[in-house]
Amino acid sequence: MSNAISILNGATFDGAVKITEAGLRGMITLRGDLSSVQLKSAVSAVVGLGIPTQRKINRGPKGGVAWMSPDELLLLVDYDNADAIVAEITTAMAGEHHMAVNVSDARAVFLIEGQGAREVLAKGAPVDLSTDAFRVGDLRRSRIGQLAAAFWMTEDDHFELVCFRSVGAFMFDWLSNAAREGSVPKYF
Amino acid sequence: MLMLKCPNCGVTAEETEFAPGGEAHLTRFASGSEDQAFSDYLFARKNPRGVHFERWRHAFGCGKWFHAARCTATLEVFGTYTGQTSTPPDDITAAVKAKRPEWEGFK
Repeated sequence: MSNAISILNGATFDGAVKITEAGLRGMITLRGDLSSVQLKSAVSAVVGLGIPTQRKINRGPKGGVAWMSPDELLLLVDYDNADAIVAEITTAMAGEHHMAVNVSDARAVFLIEGQGAREVLAKGAPVDLSTDAFRVGDLRRSRIGQLAAAFWMTEDDHFELVCFRSVGAFMFDWLSNAAREGSVPKYF
Repeated sequence: MLMLKCPNCGVTAEETEFAPGGEAHLTRFASGSEDQAFSDYLFARKNPRGVHFERWRHAFGCGKWFHAARCTATLEVFGTYTGQTSTPPDDITAAVKAKRPEWEGFK
């Protein structure tokens, strides 16, 4: 079998803010009734985390759980184990209406790191990224320029962003341009 | 700028995050109905100047549909509410009535 690579194979841009294509990341879309006990225990079994509340992300040593919509979660898992985890969820959710799909290769993940990361994202997203409004653990699905994306803050001035793989190269160019040296105002 | 609060994910976002879905609460006439009723369903819209009930989709956010009551003359938003209803809820019509006493009510 051929070796899987991510869209930009770990490309980086060092400007005012560092942009990194995160490489292969395991991601599973899980849709179903988020209030269900069965779904809660299935998620807990595979990533060891609870269901996040609205627009939040829970992260732990085994991965993460991101709230994507009232009936959708994005599980962040180990890339190599993604298919096995989907199988595990499917077994755990037997008899209940749900959908679990390995979308690892359909997505691209970027890291936006450094002082000014908020400003870089704020250039493209119609989102309040001020320090009071957007904190560690918050997640927002929105757009960057014209591209649909979801991003969350892992620690102060460190963001992770996920978008469709098909637009990954453009997203990298967009973020790199927004992070050019001297172009990032100290606003927040 | 038009700002809407998505009742599905609780985000107050600007218009560019949403996709408009036209007039809300249409009665759908399928094949087998009267020609006039079908034609009206397809083409006739109330489109008053002022209070509108519209469908919107949080296209760049949670992806869900919802309803919004707003004024097309002032861009004032009276409220947003669930997509799973065929008439505006009472709190929405009350909010419109409070701001527009002359409004004739939803029909």
